[in-house]
Amino acid sequence: MNTGQWLGLFTGVVFGFLMQKARVLRFEKQVGAMLLKDMTIFKFMLSAILVGMVGILLLSNLGIITLGHKSMNVGAVVIGGGLFGAGWAIMGFCPGTSLGALGEGRWHALFAIAGMVIGAAFYAELYPVFKTTVLAWKDFGKIGLPETLGVSQWVIVSIFWAGVIALFFWFEKKKL
Amino acid sequence: MKWKTDDGGWSPYLAGALVGVLAIISVVATTQLMGKSSYLGASTTFVRAAGLLQETIAGDNGLINEYYTKTKIRIDWQFMLVIGIALGAFLSSTMDRSFRLESVPPIWKERFGSSWGKRAVWAFVGGIVAMIGARMASGCPSGHGLSGMMQLSVSSFVALPMFFGVGVWVAHVVYTRRKS
Repeated sequence: MNTGQWLGLFTGVVFGFLMQKARVLRFEKQVGAMLLKDMTIFKFMLSAILVGMVGILLLSNLGIITLGHKSMNVGAVVIGGGLFGAGWAIMGFCPGTSLGALGEGRWHALFAIAGMVIGAAFYAELYPVFKTTVLAWKDFGKIGLPETLGVSQWVIVSIFWAGVIALFFWFEKKKL
Repeated sequence: MKWKTDDGGWSPYLAGALVGVLAIISVVATTQLMGKSSYLGASTTFVRAAGLLQETIAGDNGLINEYYTKTKIRIDWQFMLVIGIALGAFLSSTMDRSFRLESVPPIWKERFGSSWGKRAVWAFVGGIVAMIGARMASGCPSGHGLSGMMQLSVSSFVALPMFFGVGVWVAHVVYTRRKS
Protein backbone atom coordinates (compact mmCIF):
# COMPACT_ATOMS: atom_id res chain seq x y z
CA MET A 1 0.00 0.00 0.00
CA ASN A 2 1.15 3.55 -0.72
CA THR A 3 1.24 6.49 1.72
CA GLY A 4 -2.19 7.76 0.69
CA GLN A 5 -3.80 4.38 1.26
CA TRP A 6 -2.22 3.98 4.70
CA LEU A 7 -3.24 7.51 5.64
CA GLY A 8 -6.81 6.82 4.49
CA LEU A 9 -6.98 3.58 6.43
CA PHE A 10 -5.68 5.19 9.62
CA THR A 11 -8.04 8.18 9.30
CA GLY A 12 -10.96 5.81 8.63
CA VAL A 13 -10.21 3.68 11.70
CA VAL A 14 -10.28 6.76 13.95
CA PHE A 15 -13.40 8.10 12.20
CA GLY A 16 -15.20 4.74 12.54
CA PHE A 17 -14.09 4.38 16.16
CA LEU A 18 -15.50 7.81 17.08
CA MET A 19 -18.76 7.25 15.20
CA GLN A 20 -19.25 3.93 16.96
CA LYS A 21 -18.53 5.49 20.37
CA ALA A 22 -21.11 8.21 19.65
CA ARG A 23 -23.57 5.44 18.65
CA VAL A 24 -24.45 7.26 15.43
CA LEU A 25 -23.92 4.27 13.15
CA ARG A 26 -27.14 2.54 14.07
CA PHE A 27 -30.34 2.35 12.08
CA GLU A 28 -32.34 3.50 15.15
CA LYS A 29 -30.23 6.64 15.50
CA GLN A 30 -30.49 7.58 11.83
CA VAL A 31 -34.19 6.83 11.46
CA GLY A 32 -34.77 8.19 14.99
CA ALA A 33 -33.49 11.57 13.79
CA MET A 34 -35.73 11.46 10.73
CA LEU A 35 -38.69 10.64 12.98
CA LEU A 36 -37.61 13.70 15.03
CA LYS A 37 -37.30 11.61 18.19
CA ASP A 38 -33.55 11.28 18.73
CA MET A 39 -31.14 14.01 17.65
CA THR A 40 -27.91 12.14 18.48
CA ILE A 41 -26.64 12.22 14.89
CA PHE A 42 -27.16 16.00 14.74
CA LYS A 43 -25.42 16.58 18.07
CA PHE A 44 -22.51 14.60 16.64
CA MET A 45 -22.42 16.12 13.15
CA LEU A 46 -22.93 19.71 14.25
CA SER A 47 -20.24 19.41 16.96
CA ALA A 48 -17.83 18.13 14.31
CA ILE A 49 -18.77 20.99 11.99
CA LEU A 50 -18.38 23.67 14.71
CA VAL A 51 -14.84 22.53 15.52
CA GLY A 52 -13.78 21.61 11.99
CA MET A 53 -15.07 24.83 10.46
CA VAL A 54 -12.83 27.10 12.53
CA GLY A 55 -9.67 25.08 11.87
CA ILE A 56 -10.28 24.55 8.18
CA LEU A 57 -11.14 28.17 7.40
CA LEU A 58 -8.14 29.38 9.42
CA LEU A 59 -5.72 26.99 7.69
CA SER A 60 -7.15 27.92 4.31
CA ASN A 61 -6.66 31.65 5.07
CA LEU A 62 -3.03 30.87 5.97
CA GLY A 63 -2.60 29.05 2.65
CA ILE A 64 -1.74 25.73 4.33
CA ILE A 65 -4.68 23.90 2.74
CA THR A 66 -7.02 24.64 -0.18
CA LEU A 67 -10.79 24.50 0.02
CA GLY A 68 -12.60 22.08 -2.26
CA HIS A 69 -16.21 23.17 -2.68
CA LYS A 70 -18.63 20.87 -4.49
CA SER A 71 -20.45 22.50 -7.39
CA MET A 72 -23.70 24.34 -6.69
CA ASN A 73 -25.49 22.68 -9.58
CA VAL A 74 -29.12 23.41 -8.78
CA GLY A 75 -30.78 20.37 -10.40
CA ALA A 76 -28.10 17.99 -9.14
CA VAL A 77 -28.11 19.16 -5.54
CA VAL A 78 -31.88 19.55 -5.18
CA ILE A 79 -33.03 16.41 -7.06
CA GLY A 80 -30.02 14.32 -5.96
CA GLY A 81 -30.36 15.53 -2.38
CA GLY A 82 -34.04 14.58 -2.38
CA LEU A 83 -33.38 11.13 -3.82
CA PHE A 84 -30.67 10.57 -1.25
CA GLY A 85 -33.04 11.57 1.57
CA ALA A 86 -35.68 9.10 0.39
CA GLY A 87 -33.20 6.23 0.09
CA TRP A 88 -31.57 7.14 3.41
CA ALA A 89 -34.90 6.89 5.26
CA ILE A 90 -35.63 3.41 3.87
CA MET A 91 -32.09 2.07 4.20
CA GLY A 92 -31.44 3.66 7.61
CA PHE A 93 -27.77 4.15 6.85
CA CYS A 94 -25.71 6.62 4.89
CA PRO A 95 -22.70 5.58 2.78
CA GLY A 96 -20.16 6.14 5.57
CA THR A 97 -22.20 4.69 8.42
CA SER A 98 -23.22 1.56 6.48
CA LEU A 99 -19.66 0.21 6.67
CA GLY A 100 -19.45 1.19 10.32
CA ALA A 101 -22.75 -0.52 11.11
CA LEU A 102 -21.42 -3.67 9.48
CA GLY A 103 -18.32 -3.34 11.68
CA GLU A 104 -20.43 -3.36 14.85
CA GLY A 105 -22.32 -6.47 13.73
CA ARG A 106 -25.44 -4.99 12.12
CA TRP A 107 -25.11 -7.31 9.15
CA HIS A 108 -28.30 -6.17 7.39
CA ALA A 109 -26.11 -3.21 6.39
CA LEU A 110 -24.53 -5.62 3.87
CA PHE A 111 -27.65 -5.39 1.70
CA ALA A 112 -27.60 -1.61 1.93
CA ILE A 113 -23.93 -1.63 0.86
CA ALA A 114 -24.70 -3.96 -2.07
CA GLY A 115 -27.59 -1.69 -3.09
CA MET A 116 -25.32 1.34 -2.99
CA VAL A 117 -22.68 -0.32 -5.19
CA ILE A 118 -25.40 -1.20 -7.72
CA GLY A 119 -26.82 2.33 -7.40
CA ALA A 120 -23.37 3.74 -8.21
CA ALA A 121 -23.17 1.50 -11.31
CA PHE A 122 -26.65 2.70 -12.40
CA TYR A 123 -25.54 6.29 -11.94
CA ALA A 124 -22.44 5.67 -14.06
CA GLU A 125 -24.62 4.12 -16.80
CA LEU A 126 -27.18 6.92 -16.65
CA TYR A 127 -24.59 9.71 -16.38
CA PRO A 128 -24.80 10.69 -20.11
CA VAL A 129 -28.59 11.14 -19.73
CA PHE A 130 -28.28 13.16 -16.51
CA LYS A 131 -25.56 15.30 -18.05
CA THR A 132 -27.90 16.66 -20.69
CA THR A 133 -30.89 16.97 -18.36
CA VAL A 134 -30.77 17.42 -14.56
CA LEU A 135 -27.10 18.43 -14.51
CA ALA A 136 -27.56 20.93 -17.36
CA TRP A 137 -30.18 23.20 -15.80
CA LYS A 138 -28.11 25.72 -13.88
CA ASP A 139 -24.64 25.42 -12.39
CA PHE A 140 -23.33 28.20 -10.15
CA GLY A 141 -20.00 26.39 -9.85
CA LYS A 142 -17.83 25.81 -6.80
CA ILE A 143 -18.96 28.65 -4.56
CA GLY A 144 -18.74 29.38 -0.85
CA LEU A 145 -21.20 31.28 1.34
CA PRO A 146 -18.92 34.26 2.19
CA GLU A 147 -18.34 35.40 -1.40
CA THR A 148 -21.93 34.59 -2.40
CA LEU A 149 -23.46 36.62 0.42
CA GLY A 150 -20.68 39.24 0.42
CA VAL A 151 -20.20 38.75 4.18
CA SER A 152 -16.97 37.96 6.07
CA GLN A 153 -16.57 34.25 6.81
CA TRP A 154 -16.10 34.96 10.53
CA VAL A 155 -19.48 36.70 10.67
CA ILE A 156 -21.06 33.58 9.17
CA VAL A 157 -19.09 31.31 11.53
CA SER A 158 -20.22 33.37 14.56
CA ILE A 159 -23.87 33.25 13.52
CA PHE A 160 -23.60 29.51 12.80
CA TRP A 161 -21.98 28.84 16.20
CA ALA A 162 -24.65 30.85 18.03
CA GLY A 163 -27.47 29.11 16.16
CA VAL A 164 -26.08 25.62 16.74
CA ILE A 165 -25.39 26.20 20.45
CA ALA A 166 -28.98 27.43 20.86
CA LEU A 167 -30.17 24.32 19.04
CA PHE A 168 -28.09 22.11 21.38
CA PHE A 169 -29.71 23.69 24.45
CA TRP A 170 -33.12 23.11 22.89
CA PHE A 171 -32.27 19.43 22.16
CA GLU A 172 -31.24 18.93 25.80
CA LYS A 173 -34.29 20.74 27.14
CA LYS A 174 -36.62 18.60 25.03
CA LYS A 175 -34.51 15.47 25.74
CA LEU A 176 -34.21 14.70 22.02
CA MET B 1 -23.63 17.24 30.65
CA LYS B 2 -22.54 13.64 30.79
CA TRP B 3 -19.48 12.47 28.89
CA LYS B 4 -20.58 8.84 28.96
CA THR B 5 -23.95 7.56 27.86
CA ASP B 6 -25.84 4.88 29.81
CA ASP B 7 -24.72 2.11 27.48
CA GLY B 8 -21.02 2.94 27.76
CA GLY B 9 -20.83 5.14 24.67
CA TRP B 10 -19.39 8.66 24.57
CA SER B 11 -21.31 11.91 24.51
CA PRO B 12 -22.09 12.69 20.84
CA TYR B 13 -20.90 16.26 21.50
CA LEU B 14 -17.47 15.00 22.62
CA ALA B 15 -17.09 12.38 19.88
CA GLY B 16 -18.33 14.89 17.31
CA ALA B 17 -15.84 17.55 18.43
CA LEU B 18 -13.06 14.95 18.13
CA VAL B 19 -14.20 14.19 14.57
CA GLY B 20 -13.89 17.93 13.92
CA VAL B 21 -10.26 17.73 15.09
CA LEU B 22 -9.74 14.61 12.96
CA ALA B 23 -11.18 16.43 9.92
CA ILE B 24 -8.68 19.30 10.38
CA ILE B 25 -5.67 16.99 10.90
CA SER B 26 -6.76 14.86 7.95
CA VAL B 27 -6.89 17.80 5.52
CA VAL B 28 -3.44 18.97 6.63
CA ALA B 29 -2.02 15.44 6.43
CA THR B 30 -3.39 14.78 2.93
CA THR B 31 -2.11 18.18 1.76
CA GLN B 32 1.38 17.53 3.18
CA LEU B 33 1.75 13.85 2.31
CA MET B 34 -0.27 13.55 -0.89
CA GLY B 35 0.04 17.07 -2.29
CA LYS B 36 -3.70 17.70 -2.47
CA SER B 37 -6.19 18.70 0.22
CA SER B 38 -8.65 15.84 0.65
CA TYR B 39 -11.76 16.03 2.78
CA LEU B 40 -13.63 13.26 4.59
CA GLY B 41 -16.18 11.61 2.31
CA ALA B 42 -17.54 8.20 1.40
CA SER B 43 -19.83 8.03 -1.59
CA THR B 44 -17.22 8.26 -4.39
CA THR B 45 -15.80 5.00 -3.05
CA PHE B 46 -19.02 3.21 -4.05
CA VAL B 47 -18.47 4.33 -7.65
CA ARG B 48 -14.91 2.97 -7.52
CA ALA B 49 -16.18 -0.30 -6.01
CA ALA B 50 -18.80 -0.59 -8.79
CA GLY B 51 -16.11 0.14 -11.39
CA LEU B 52 -13.71 -2.43 -9.94
CA LEU B 53 -16.53 -4.99 -9.86
CA GLN B 54 -17.42 -4.34 -13.51
CA GLU B 55 -13.76 -4.48 -14.44
CA THR B 56 -13.47 -7.89 -12.76
CA ILE B 57 -16.57 -9.23 -14.51
CA ALA B 58 -16.19 -7.69 -17.95
CA GLY B 59 -12.46 -6.91 -18.09
CA ASP B 60 -11.39 -3.47 -19.30
CA ASN B 61 -14.62 -3.26 -21.30
CA GLY B 62 -16.42 -2.74 -18.02
CA LEU B 63 -14.72 0.61 -17.67
CA ILE B 64 -15.62 2.14 -21.02
CA ASN B 65 -17.84 4.67 -19.36
CA GLU B 66 -17.49 8.42 -19.13
CA TYR B 67 -18.34 8.59 -15.43
CA TYR B 68 -15.80 5.91 -14.48
CA THR B 69 -13.13 7.68 -16.51
CA LYS B 70 -13.96 10.94 -14.76
CA THR B 71 -13.92 9.30 -11.30
CA LYS B 72 -10.65 7.37 -11.91
CA ILE B 73 -11.29 3.81 -10.77
CA ARG B 74 -8.60 2.82 -8.26
CA ILE B 75 -8.17 1.97 -4.60
CA ASP B 76 -7.28 5.39 -3.26
CA TRP B 77 -7.15 7.32 0.03
CA GLN B 78 -10.94 7.54 0.41
CA PHE B 79 -11.47 3.86 -0.48
CA MET B 80 -9.17 2.86 2.38
CA LEU B 81 -10.85 5.41 4.64
CA VAL B 82 -14.22 3.74 4.07
CA ILE B 83 -12.71 0.32 4.85
CA GLY B 84 -11.11 1.88 7.92
CA ILE B 85 -14.54 2.99 9.19
CA ALA B 86 -15.65 -0.65 9.36
CA LEU B 87 -12.44 -1.63 11.18
CA GLY B 88 -12.67 1.27 13.64
CA ALA B 89 -16.31 0.46 14.43
CA PHE B 90 -15.41 -3.20 14.93
CA LEU B 91 -12.57 -2.27 17.31
CA SER B 92 -14.66 0.15 19.31
CA SER B 93 -17.71 -2.13 19.59
CA THR B 94 -15.61 -5.12 20.60
CA MET B 95 -13.79 -3.09 23.24
CA ASP B 96 -16.96 -1.83 24.96
CA ARG B 97 -18.98 -4.97 24.19
CA SER B 98 -21.64 -3.16 22.16
CA PHE B 99 -21.01 -5.41 19.14
CA ARG B 100 -24.30 -7.13 18.28
CA LEU B 101 -25.25 -9.35 15.39
CA GLU B 102 -28.46 -7.78 14.19
CA SER B 103 -30.54 -8.85 11.18
CA VAL B 104 -33.55 -6.58 11.67
CA PRO B 105 -33.38 -3.26 13.55
CA PRO B 106 -36.01 -2.62 16.30
CA ILE B 107 -37.92 0.24 14.61
CA TRP B 108 -38.18 -1.86 11.45
CA LYS B 109 -39.32 -4.94 13.38
CA GLU B 110 -42.07 -2.99 15.08
CA ARG B 111 -43.48 -1.77 11.78
CA PHE B 112 -42.75 -4.59 9.32
CA GLY B 113 -42.12 -7.70 11.41
CA SER B 114 -39.00 -9.76 11.96
CA SER B 115 -38.46 -11.09 8.41
CA TRP B 116 -34.82 -10.43 7.54
CA GLY B 117 -35.53 -11.04 3.85
CA LYS B 118 -37.97 -8.15 3.72
CA ARG B 119 -35.49 -5.92 5.53
CA ALA B 120 -32.73 -7.03 3.13
CA VAL B 121 -34.77 -6.24 0.00
CA TRP B 122 -35.71 -2.76 1.20
CA ALA B 123 -32.21 -1.97 2.46
CA PHE B 124 -30.99 -2.92 -1.04
CA VAL B 125 -33.63 -0.81 -2.82
CA GLY B 126 -33.02 2.13 -0.46
CA GLY B 127 -29.30 1.79 -1.15
CA ILE B 128 -29.79 2.03 -4.91
CA VAL B 129 -31.97 5.16 -4.66
CA ALA B 130 -29.73 6.83 -2.06
CA MET B 131 -26.54 6.27 -4.04
CA ILE B 132 -28.00 7.59 -7.31
CA GLY B 133 -28.98 10.68 -5.32
CA ALA B 134 -25.63 11.00 -3.55
CA ARG B 135 -23.66 10.79 -6.82
CA MET B 136 -25.99 13.27 -8.50
CA ALA B 137 -25.53 15.72 -5.61
CA SER B 138 -21.77 14.86 -5.52
CA GLY B 139 -21.82 13.93 -1.86
CA CYS B 140 -23.39 12.27 1.15
CA PRO B 141 -23.73 13.26 4.82
CA SER B 142 -19.93 12.91 5.11
CA GLY B 143 -18.87 14.83 2.00
CA HIS B 144 -21.63 17.45 2.07
CA GLY B 145 -22.81 17.17 5.67
CA LEU B 146 -19.45 17.31 7.41
CA SER B 147 -16.79 18.45 4.94
CA GLY B 148 -18.91 20.82 2.85
CA MET B 149 -20.51 22.55 5.82
CA MET B 150 -17.07 23.04 7.44
CA GLN B 151 -15.90 24.84 4.29
CA LEU B 152 -19.11 26.92 4.08
CA SER B 153 -19.91 25.49 0.64
CA VAL B 154 -23.18 26.83 -0.75
CA SER B 155 -24.04 23.42 -2.27
CA SER B 156 -23.76 21.72 1.13
CA PHE B 157 -26.03 24.27 2.79
CA VAL B 158 -28.63 23.27 0.18
CA ALA B 159 -27.88 19.53 0.10
CA LEU B 160 -28.09 18.81 3.85
CA PRO B 161 -31.58 20.35 4.27
CA MET B 162 -32.68 18.39 1.17
CA PHE B 163 -31.26 15.11 2.57
CA PHE B 164 -32.90 15.62 5.92
CA GLY B 165 -36.14 17.28 4.77
CA VAL B 166 -37.04 14.49 2.36
CA GLY B 167 -35.71 11.92 4.86
CA VAL B 168 -38.08 13.22 7.56
CA TRP B 169 -41.01 13.09 5.16
CA VAL B 170 -40.30 9.58 3.84
CA ALA B 171 -39.49 8.23 7.33
CA HIS B 172 -42.83 9.47 8.65
CA VAL B 173 -44.68 7.91 5.71
CA VAL B 174 -42.79 4.59 6.02
CA TYR B 175 -42.47 4.05 9.78
CA THR B 176 -45.59 5.67 11.18
CA ARG B 177 -48.59 3.40 11.24
CA ARG B 178 -51.67 5.09 9.87
CA LYS B 179 -54.34 5.51 12.51
CA SER B 180 -57.49 3.86 11.26
